[in-house]
Amino acid sequence: MREIPKGQEQDRETAGEQRADEEGMREMSKKQDQNRNGTASQRADRDQKNKIQKKAGGQERSGKNETRRMDNKREIYVTGFFFAAVFAVLIGYLGYFTATSQEQMINNSYNSRQEILLSRNYRGTIYSRDGEVLAETVLDEMQNEMRVYPFGDLFAHIVGYSTKGRMGVEALANFYLINTHTSLRNKAANDAAGVKNPGDNVYTTLDVKIQEVADDQLNVYKGAVVVTEVATGKILAMVSHPDFDPNQIGEIWDSIVENKDSSVLLNRATQGLYPPGSTFKIITALEYIRENPDTYNTYSYQCTGTFTARGSRISCYHGTKHGEVSFERSFAKSCNSSFANIGMGLDRERFEVTLEGLLFDQPLPLTLSYTESKVTISKDTSTDEMLQTSIGQGKTQITPLHLNMITSAIANDGVLMKPYVIDRVENDAGHVIKSYYPDSYGQLMDVSEAEILKGLMTAVVEGGTASKLSGQSYTAAGKTGSAEYNDTKTDSHAWFTGFAPAEEPEVCVTIIVEGAGSGGDYAVPIARRIFDAYFDH
Amino acid sequence: MQEYVTELSKFAIPILMAVHTVCGFLSMFDRLENSRVIHVLQTMLLFSIQFLMFVDLALVTRDMQYLFFYVFVQAFLLAAAVMVPVVYDKVNCLLLDNMCLLIGVGMCVISRLSFKKAVKQYIIVLVSLAISLFIPLILSKIRFLKKLTWVYAGVGIAMLSVVLILGEVTHGSKLTFSIRGVSFQPSEFVKILYVFFLAGALWENTSFVRVVWTAVIAGAHVVVLVISKDLGSALIFFAGYVFIVFAATRNYLYLFAGVLGGMGAGWGAYQLFAHVRDRVIAWKNPWIYIDSKGFAITQSLFAIGSGSWFGMGLSQGNPRAIPYVEADFIFSSVCEELGVIFGICVILVTVICFLGMLKVAARIRDRFYQLIVYGIGIMYIFQIFLTIGGGIKLIPLTGVTLPFISYGGSSVMTTMIMFFIIQGIYIRLQEGGRHNVRKG
Repeated sequence: MREIPKGQEQDRETAGEQRADEEGMREMSKKQDQNRNGTASQRADRDQKNKIQKKAGGQERSGKNETRRMDNKREIYVTGFFFAAVFAVLIGYLGYFTATSQEQMINNSYNSRQEILLSRNYRGTIYSRDGEVLAETVLDEMQNEMRVYPFGDLFAHIVGYSTKGRMGVEALANFYLINTHTSLRNKAANDAAGVKNPGDNVYTTLDVKIQEVADDQLNVYKGAVVVTEVATGKILAMVSHPDFDPNQIGEIWDSIVENKDSSVLLNRATQGLYPPGSTFKIITALEYIRENPDTYNTYSYQCTGTFTARGSRISCYHGTKHGEVSFERSFAKSCNSSFANIGMGLDRERFEVTLEGLLFDQPLPLTLSYTESKVTISKDTSTDEMLQTSIGQGKTQITPLHLNMITSAIANDGVLMKPYVIDRVENDAGHVIKSYYPDSYGQLMDVSEAEILKGLMTAVVEGGTASKLSGQSYTAAGKTGSAEYNDTKTDSHAWFTGFAPAEEPEVCVTIIVEGAGSGGDYAVPIARRIFDAYFDH
Repeated sequence: MQEYVTELSKFAIPILMAVHTVCGFLSMFDRLENSRVIHVLQTMLLFSIQFLMFVDLALVTRDMQYLFFYVFVQAFLLAAAVMVPVVYDKVNCLLLDNMCLLIGVGMCVISRLSFKKAVKQYIIVLVSLAISLFIPLILSKIRFLKKLTWVYAGVGIAMLSVVLILGEVTHGSKLTFSIRGVSFQPSEFVKILYVFFLAGALWENTSFVRVVWTAVIAGAHVVVLVISKDLGSALIFFAGYVFIVFAATRNYLYLFAGVLGGMGAGWGAYQLFAHVRDRVIAWKNPWIYIDSKGFAITQSLFAIGSGSWFGMGLSQGNPRAIPYVEADFIFSSVCEELGVIFGICVILVTVICFLGMLKVAARIRDRFYQLIVYGIGIMYIFQIFLTIGGGIKLIPLTGVTLPFISYGGSSVMTTMIMFFIIQGIYIRLQEGGRHNVRKG
């Protein structure tokens, strides 16, 4: 049904749709002229329109429509602003995505563009900190590309491999290795000659000498060694045994994958979870100091070789009776009974907070792939579990690199430096494309707490379980551990974590030797050789 | 030689594109509207961009057919950018220049993906322009457009239903309908009828009863589309209804009710349809479904991420790794090879077109024509939001085309007709109702 129009203007409209149309158009042009005539008339126009709108609003309710006369410019502008805002968000999101995820997108193995880059560029070379080649691509007589690892199995896990998936630095720096920043002139020349462009080269923080000593010392044992620079977090060496020869990865791959029990591909330094054993006493001690800041030094305990509470029993290593021990001596001698006694008195909820602060059950600030350490302390923890945990047994598990990070933070006045292995990326002409700098994660503990722990760890070397490290040209500090890992309680992993020099720490070493025996006997000598190598350098 | 050109065009193309975009924004000022200087400058920029892109493409692929094709594309764009203002001297240069740019980008990117498809697209664009050129003339002659309100709706729903019943299934959705080997996507053409229907229904009567009546008819369109599993089009039709009602009634309540209703319908669709749930799941975390549901979106993200700001260079990426790249993910392919800066310029150019349309709409006092221009603007910009937002994982994927750039004859023809409807209305607005179309 057609409404019967009201008003002078619309009377004309009844003459027919065509005239109405013409009228509408004339109105449009009138409006245009007014626009040109300046602001005064525009304002008058708007006022007039507003009046009409009010009138129209009233009529609308009575069902007589004059909506056509109402000005809806404002609604149109609102629409414009709305979509402008929506698209600002869209562009912002696109920009954010582009700025943050190029490397991640290219590194994804589902991204076929890796092959495109590899078809244009030779994979770049990986160097040690002093410029020795750790991995390079060479051409054989048939012009086939081969990835060569001159040190064979020495850097197997940390440098990794790039065929059959990727691991280690080969995975971390993949984006840079397959991209090129060679000069435009070279690109043009290579294009003309029909050869690929050289990929960018990656310089690592790894030290061949220290890596060799660590590898040599770990010998045939399974286990791991991590060596980092205290002030920067640079990873100087990372060894994991058993290892493999990345030059042979193509040939040995099938047998490794077939053998479900084989763990040679596992980087034990970052992914191996071990009971921390007595090295965990560093953390128990820290909690005790936090809870008893004024009285921890007056602590005393009579060790009879065992500690019993509510039916749970803790024995000292090899049943040794330590006699009367102070807090420092309990730590230096690694007295299990005394630490069980300390653990009994700890506030479990506060302990939980401390453990969280030390990144247990938390993501670590690492770009290497790693496993999170595990700990189970809460207000419901049983007495037995509490006793076991305070001496590093029970359900607690830690990776060697995580323990190294905690130790290194103690050496560095409580500040954790994020461990890193890529120092810089250069193009083929040696021009630096990207540099990585030391980056602090934050304060894991107070400076004073770190000082106290340093003192305790020095005592371990000077008159405790790590005495094999005393009497050197440098003074070392650290903590040993002998972690029992099965129910028969005869076998243990040998741990040592520590740093040197004790006064001005430079280098931090963490060692685990699987199933070797006591830390003092098997891990500490390895640490000594590594410290020697470092200070000889 | 080739390396130098590639490297140069890698930076020159985004810079020229950015200048073009800035010109577009400048031409939104009243003072610079239809400025000859900007029109000439934009036309020159368009030609430089086209030249660099095709030369780059020909050099990298060492295939001279691209240069051959370039001559044709350039001739077409010349005809559009130079001849249209001769035929209609009151044409809106903002819409014309930006339309030419988007078509040019589309031709180049499609030819890189598939030369055969590009040639097909070229012919369709040519035909579309030939048809579209008559639209302003037709609009000035036809006097009964306002009377056909229910005809638009009837024909529209009928066309959509025909596809639903007889259409061919592509990727699980019924979108196309073939007549003698030529396939159409009717939901594209129905967009135009739909806007005319809404404008006709609401231009003089905006009573509550009328709004509800219109909702029922518009809802019928949407329901048919949802059953055809054409979710993107369903959303575009829905958004068109909500905003046109808002502009016609000036009532914010309708807008809020529409947005709320849309959310409710979205939630309902999520509960009811497995394919809707899949889209949402793939959007939330595509990485865990990288082999299945999340494949398309992750490939799209790889393309954009690998291209980064300046792109991998034309023909140097791997956009064909993305499924349905020519249609649904053309924007990702633009970002991969021409760079995200170029991609952002494309987005801004479409926003400029939209704002230009709103500016035209704001001036029209005849509510019927005003709603048509406004409605076309909404359908256009909302579709762009859906396709780009989906491709960059801002919103779930809906699978619609990027107007003018994507491959797809129905899409490009519909969008061009829409642009020329606005041109026709604009020309009459400028000429004050007299139909003095100069015969070129």
